[in-house]
Amino acid sequence: MPDAAQKIVVRCTVNGAAESVSAYPMARLLDVLREELKLTGTKEGCGEGECGACSVLIDGELVNSCLVPAMQAEGADIRTIEGIASGEQLHAVQEAFLECGGAQCGICTPGMVMAAVNLLARVPEPAEEEVRAGLSGNLCRCTGYMKIFETVLHACQQVKVGA
Amino acid sequence: MSEATIGRVVPRKEGREKVTGRSRYVDDITMPGMLHGATVRSPAARGRVRGIHFEGNISWEEFTVVTAKDIPGKNFIRLLINDQPCLADGLVNHPEEPVVLLAHADKHLLEEARRAVRIEIEPLPAIFTIDDSLAKKEIIWGEDNIFKSFLVEKGNVDEVWSRADFIVEGEYSTGAQEQLYIEPQGMIATANAEDGVTIRGSMQCPYYIHKALMPLMGLPKDKIRVIQTETGGGFGGKEEYPSMIAAHAALLAWKSGKPVKIIYDRAEDMAATTKRHPSRTRHRTAVRRDGKLLGMEIEFTLDGGAYETLSPVVLSRGTVHAAGPYNCANVRIRSRVVATNAPPHGAFRGFGAPQSVFALERHLDKVAQAVGMAPEELRRRNFIREGETLAVGQVVREKVDMNRLLDRALAESGYLEKRERFGRENPGSRIKKGIGLAAFLHGAGFTGSGEEYLASVAGVEATADGRVRVLAASTEMGQGTNTIFSQIAADALGVDYERIEIGQPDTAHVPDSGPTVASRTCMIVGKLVETAAIELKRKLMAQGVLKEPYDSGEFEKACREYLEKIGELKTSCKYQAPPGLHWDDAKYQGDAYGAYAWAVYVAEVSVDTVTCEIHVDDFVAVQEVGRVIHPVLAAGQIEGGVAQGIGYALYENVVWKEGRMVNGQMTNYVMPSSVDLPAIRVFFEENPYPFGPGGAKGIGELPMDGTAPAIASAIEHATGARITQIPVTPEALMETWEGALA
Repeated sequence: MPDAAQKIVVRCTVNGAAESVSAYPMARLLDVLREELKLTGTKEGCGEGECGACSVLIDGELVNSCLVPAMQAEGADIRTIEGIASGEQLHAVQEAFLECGGAQCGICTPGMVMAAVNLLARVPEPAEEEVRAGLSGNLCRCTGYMKIFETVLHACQQVKVGA
Repeated sequence: MSEATIGRVVPRKEGREKVTGRSRYVDDITMPGMLHGATVRSPAARGRVRGIHFEGNISWEEFTVVTAKDIPGKNFIRLLINDQPCLADGLVNHPEEPVVLLAHADKHLLEEARRAVRIEIEPLPAIFTIDDSLAKKEIIWGEDNIFKSFLVEKGNVDEVWSRADFIVEGEYSTGAQEQLYIEPQGMIATANAEDGVTIRGSMQCPYYIHKALMPLMGLPKDKIRVIQTETGGGFGGKEEYPSMIAAHAALLAWKSGKPVKIIYDRAEDMAATTKRHPSRTRHRTAVRRDGKLLGMEIEFTLDGGAYETLSPVVLSRGTVHAAGPYNCANVRIRSRVVATNAPPHGAFRGFGAPQSVFALERHLDKVAQAVGMAPEELRRRNFIREGETLAVGQVVREKVDMNRLLDRALAESGYLEKRERFGRENPGSRIKKGIGLAAFLHGAGFTGSGEEYLASVAGVEATADGRVRVLAASTEMGQGTNTIFSQIAADALGVDYERIEIGQPDTAHVPDSGPTVASRTCMIVGKLVETAAIELKRKLMAQGVLKEPYDSGEFEKACREYLEKIGELKTSCKYQAPPGLHWDDAKYQGDAYGAYAWAVYVAEVSVDTVTCEIHVDDFVAVQEVGRVIHPVLAAGQIEGGVAQGIGYALYENVVWKEGRMVNGQMTNYVMPSSVDLPAIRVFFEENPYPFGPGGAKGIGELPMDGTAPAIASAIEHATGARITQIPVTPEALMETWEGALA
């Protein structure tokens, strides 16, 4: 266990690029991403792991980055919202969010996109109940979720067509 | 000419930035040399400040410290009567009252410092309930604790009681509700004597902040600039409170000479910012054997918290909506909003109407039961029709057809069949099912003469490359302002939707189109945008640079030619009331709103008799909102509003202790998640409103009004327990049920 009061160097991969950042061991991964790496697409909604606005993928697992200490990111492969599109080419999930009205105010959207990408990676053709369960860690106050369910169901069709 | 976009689905204007995470919300912005700001609040609900002590092992000289004495201008947050201080000076009136502001470059040191400030208070007795306030147990505001009261009289209700077949009385109450936008509130201020103050942040109403900062900073209007950043939800919660945060950031920036960012964490946001007013409503109704309402006497009371802020206006809307979409010859509504030592309650989607509509719709179920009539039939016999008069004396000139909305809601939900079947199947079943409804209306725009006082202005201008940019202070906060304004402008100009730009709401560049509240953005401001766009096109044609027919490219060329030959091409339009609207502020009578949205909602629930858990199984929302501008956005407004209404009805329970919210976390203040909600099925009946853009009326607040009473009605049907209060948590239901069975 490193000394909590001394910064450590955390080496990890973020959106495919090798990064090396200096951070306190117990700094929140959310802050490291936003403040050190300037990846501000990951949002803070509650800071206690309830709302999912800070969702990122670590080694393919969906996590709340507000609950992950920086030291735990050592050696990890991290993917954030900034790593979802390929350049200007949106991911099918992002396209579906646009098409189906899944984004309103947009603050939960990056986290929702991450949760949806993660769900479709695990369950390529989810039933609506699986979509509901897969997004249940991500709160949205605008949409009532209906358009987000449509988004994910539509995206999985697009992924299928694309594949 | 381009194909019309109104009524079609076009991509959300700022959607691409939102789905890629590129949108810049206030906390995504940093500035060179920027400090972070924090607020130290009162440790007591009411008292005298006897001392402020800076303790602990803190290098205080590194901190910028602001108290009331550092305010260059006047110490209030300008709103209606300016009774709320920016920083407490001597007295505190609620437990979240700001007293001291701190700024430092290091957020973590700042938090340590905030905890090391000790505010010494000599406590004064405080009051926390409507009853204690009305009983004047302590006088904490004005002469009688009453911020505002209204009296609405139609006919003579005193004469009806003797000829009534039934007199039905009831009392109903609703709890506070947190807006719970997922982006917490925040502001960044820069300030210096030469340039004045610039504010960037999450807000609904840039000009509210502009108006609030002038007296506070003692600066003229051209020395205050307010810029909206991408806003992660508002729902009313970012109507008035952002002026407070902007004021605090401005004071810290003014004193430190550096940019200062204040971002509330979730706990501070939930505890300190406004919530929906708790309410209590008493009904006394005279009804004939055939279900005809003869008279309604309504007493509607709101808890306003410690300062007046927007409470009179919230009360006003709640009062106007208290008698619903019904034709009753004799109505008296007495309403008032009272002071308690809690943080001021404020704007939240529906703005007083969800409270009074909840009471009315619950009460009408009771009236129907007393008469021995089905709830839908009682409503049918009293629905208002074109040419009849609402409680405030407004003759309905719209072609309203509540029966049609009711028929569709009953058909889509399978109401009649389920009502009968659940009644048959429930006995002997652990899970009891129920189905219930609510009928209601919601006025669009400011109440009464509000829109005339506001005299909003919106405009359009040609950009250098010949595109058209919409200029309005109306903010995008998810509800779709950018998209619908673009559709309205595109159709008025006959150009492609993609060619319309939206000017960032920035008081240095956009006119004051009024606050982004009151379901007014589409109907009122959208109409101004449409009119300004038509005028811009007229100018192009008058100069001979544009001739019909034209395509978007030719239109842009015409704009460029105009800019080259004549100069600036910019038009604006100022609000004028549609003909025939009259409102009497003194009598509180007349045309309360230019137009109403009308709706009937049906909820179906399951109640577990062992755990008292309630699940909403199906929800049908049928409404008439004029013409639908964008079907996906409009449905999204209804679905989101219904979800908030379901939270209001079942889950969202603000727990108070001496004026302070003690469950200010998402862990223990529970909003609906994706597994809690039913299919929310939305249906529109279209009836174009001649004075709305493309025929549209307001939509945003409507779904908040009828959802909770429809759910309560369904729970009552399922359980037989009288549901008169929300939220109906399992604990609350258990108590009510035990009471009913005892």
